[in-house]
Amino acid sequence: MIKRYILSGEDFSIAGEASSSFKAVLKKLGIDAGIIRRVAIAMYEAEINTIVHGGGGECEAEIEGNKITLVFRDQGPGIPNLDLAMQEGYSTATEEIRELGFGAGMGLPNIKKYTDSMNIETEPGKGTTVTLVINL
Amino acid sequence: MKVSELIKALGLEVITESSYSDKEVNGCYIGDLLSRVMGKAQENNAWITIMNNINILAVATLTEISCIILCENVGVDETVLSKANEEGIVILKSPKSAYEIANEMGEILK
Repeated sequence: MIKRYILSGEDFSIAGEASSSFKAVLKKLGIDAGIIRRVAIAMYEAEINTIVHGGGGECEAEIEGNKITLVFRDQGPGIPNLDLAMQEGYSTATEEIRELGFGAGMGLPNIKKYTDSMNIETEPGKGTTVTLVINL
Repeated sequence: MKVSELIKALGLEVITESSYSDKEVNGCYIGDLLSRVMGKAQENNAWITIMNNINILAVATLTEISCIILCENVGVDETVLSKANEEGIVILKSPKSAYEIANEMGEILK
């Protein structure tokens, strides 16, 4: 089963809706609560990153066999320094974004913590694709 | 403890709809940075915060907290209230600080 979500970069108020919607799907399927929590946290963080840093994009969420795969694609500015971006507390979020409660610098570290695998392809000026796998 | 018992014991004001799902409360998490709350708040916690924009609602839904407690008399605008009501999220309000609220909760949950 594949679910596709469009993540608009212009409207922060809908940030989290794709994650909430996919969480409801997992609940209906009777997936283990612990797994749902990990998927929800990782997906929420990646969704926020796509919206806030990538300027919007799309998410494909697939449940197949013994794993859940989440792919986030954006055509944003890319991540200039992935090592720094992976550090807890490091953030490039603007003051405006921080005032909304984002920009804690926990996005990628949280994603890594709660997934079984994380792959990031990023190119300056071209965008970023983040692929996450959570085993069932 | 139920949300309704918490409201009564701490004198909290219910600013979302008065008929709500009376969930269990097993503790609290205090924080304003959404990623921290996402990663740390546990199901059935009360979330004490001063953050009052619409993004708190997705975090509340995803973490399955039992209620949001806005401390220090922070309120929310109509858009947030109406969406919270749509999604069945309970928002409570108090003039007290996060410390005072958590301290009182701790006494009750002992």
